[in-house]
Amino acid sequence: MEFRKDLFQNERDDNLNVVGKGVQRQDMPGHVTGRSPFFDDHAFEGLLHLKVVRSHHHHARIRRIDISAAERAPGVKRILRGADVPVNKNTLLSLINFGKDDEPSLAVDKVRYKGEPIVAIIAETEAQALAARAMVRVEYDPLPAVFDVEESLKPGAPVVNETYAGNYFEYHEKYDHQKLRFGDVERGFSMADYIVEDRYQMSPIEHAPTETNGSIAAPEQNDRFVVHSCAQGLFFSLGTAAKIVNLDSNRLHFIGGTVGGGFGGKVDSLTEPLSILGAMMTGRPVRYVLDREEEMLYGSPRGAERIYIKDGIARDGRILARHVRSYFDAGAYTRLSSYAAIKCTAHLPGPYTIPNVASEIYVAYTNRCPSTAMRGFGITAVDFALEVHMDKGAEACGMDPMEFRILNAYRDGDMKAHRRVAKNTALIECVQVAAEKARWPISETAKRQSSLTGGGGARAEIPATPIDENGRINRPETRTGRPTQTLPAGTMRIPLTKQPIMEGSTENRPKAPAVPQYEPYRPMAAPPPPPAYQPPAPAPSPAAAPPAAPAASPASQHGAHRFSSVFGTRRR
Amino acid sequence: MAKVPLQFRLNGSDRAAFVDPADNLLTVLRRGLNDFGPKYGCGQGTCGTCSVLIDGELRLACLTLAAACEGASIDTVSGMADGPNLNPLQNAFMEHFAAQCGFCTPGMLTAAKALLDRNPNPSREDVIDAIAGNICRCTGYEPIIQAILSAARAMPAQRRS
Repeated sequence: MEFRKDLFQNERDDNLNVVGKGVQRQDMPGHVTGRSPFFDDHAFEGLLHLKVVRSHHHHARIRRIDISAAERAPGVKRILRGADVPVNKNTLLSLINFGKDDEPSLAVDKVRYKGEPIVAIIAETEAQALAARAMVRVEYDPLPAVFDVEESLKPGAPVVNETYAGNYFEYHEKYDHQKLRFGDVERGFSMADYIVEDRYQMSPIEHAPTETNGSIAAPEQNDRFVVHSCAQGLFFSLGTAAKIVNLDSNRLHFIGGTVGGGFGGKVDSLTEPLSILGAMMTGRPVRYVLDREEEMLYGSPRGAERIYIKDGIARDGRILARHVRSYFDAGAYTRLSSYAAIKCTAHLPGPYTIPNVASEIYVAYTNRCPSTAMRGFGITAVDFALEVHMDKGAEACGMDPMEFRILNAYRDGDMKAHRRVAKNTALIECVQVAAEKARWPISETAKRQSSLTGGGGARAEIPATPIDENGRINRPETRTGRPTQTLPAGTMRIPLTKQPIMEGSTENRPKAPAVPQYEPYRPMAAPPPPPAYQPPAPAPSPAAAPPAAPAASPASQHGAHRFSSVFGTRRR
Repeated sequence: MAKVPLQFRLNGSDRAAFVDPADNLLTVLRRGLNDFGPKYGCGQGTCGTCSVLIDGELRLACLTLAAACEGASIDTVSGMADGPNLNPLQNAFMEHFAAQCGFCTPGMLTAAKALLDRNPNPSREDVIDAIAGNICRCTGYEPIIQAILSAARAMPAQRRS
């Protein structure tokens, strides 16, 4: 492995004891001897097995549930229904007061996706639980279902999840999407020589861990319950389970951390609450493990995203404006999708300095299996779309795709669309190394570029930002304002006139900051900032501008204290 | 359902159990005899995490009726080490980072052992063929292949000593 130490040479001391050296992992002996304690590798006397009855319909009202035959089936110890779950409505991020409780552990009035759990059977053996499961009769009144994110947001679409009647996640209980506004994209498009537009549709992706989701819960001494769990976030799962089964969290003893592949798909507490409830109700150890079919069909996947990107590009290859509209398919319940859209917005417009950026990211509910976390969810899909779009942009203006990226890459000191100054940028160097490794020819000018120079200056300015066509950046006060209003240039942050309303206490909130004064919209007088360097003309041009002098970004800053905002003050 | 008596040799020890005639070997090993080495990954014979050796042959415990193992000799990863001394395959897996989450590892090791038992000098293609029935979702197969080839190189020397 080759380490490029020239870029971050001041980042760390080299007298490290472990980094860079080969050391044996402490869990490796367990893995190669088969002794690593996965959740299911625990013996319990009198272990009971739990299986759930799942919805056959994508969207239906439950008319009647008949468990009488199943109750009499051999080996059945207990049958759980929605009414048996102490707190049968939860949302994962309620632990940090984000979003409304919207998902039952066992469906009561209706089912919102195919495979939603309705009834839990607890029996002496897995085979007996499966046999009894087949005896449960559920009568449904099917409802129209919606599977498309844009269809679900149209007026008159079937309401998937009554907690969010508009079929979108409500940010701060009122906004239907996450919005980003920086500069004036419409003006940017009008100045552009090329407009490149496209639509990107991702698939849901199942994590497919070799170990399926599951847990074992058992009564412990001192009136506690021990829970062997596959959870990736053990304490997150403990908090979630404690809320749903309505126990103080100190009565739950979670054991885990040995996870047979997670990739994000083991953060939903899919099984823990029902295992614990089963142990509470029967007084015996209860094991609830998804089989492979359940894991693949109903273990929540990475959510599909639909992304529209529109770029306005100047003839010389500079991206003048970028507009991104995206729809994140949450499925029937929120889980972590609300967070994915925030991450997506925070990631835009990608690692490029673009003077005009706008985006709207929606979380839409559909009658699909709820989606959840998976490696970089919210980021990876939009990054794929952005980078494919970069290639198309390069093609449109006749540039090499590597040079196109170097030209538009952000540099230290540039203003990002989130009104934060870019620091520790290294895209240019990444592209240069990638080109070198791939033996991809790039111009000498491109090879000379650096993230440390050429940034800042005009590229650090915050442009005037018009309020959008509805006269708002989704703030109540601006909603009624005239559509010609604009946020003055240089406005770092858009203060909220009203504190976000979350679950929980409304007391002791800080006072709302003052509303900024809006000045009438004026088209920007200054032309967009010049490019950091001229891309090579088709004919060799010795007149290519040398890289601009570093602007307020001395090389000495490229070191430890460049990271101080991330890691805090570093002791040396 | 009436249980049937079952006797077989597990990792060199004689074991007995009363099992349901419909029980598969994986359930009996894990829940009947507390050998948690073989794992449940799919229950359909597609992932290989439940691989065991039955009379030296590589078999999938989830697709094997326990009752059919009467009198057989069954080896799992739990018996692979020689007392406190790890099998060269186990050492090679540790050295080559051939396990990440560790869940497919028991099946991988068992498949690798079946290979080396019958072919002490496998080619890379032989190794790939031998673990073709074992799914890994995180380590990646290359370190596993390297570990098995390295163990094969180490084993003859050990046998000589």
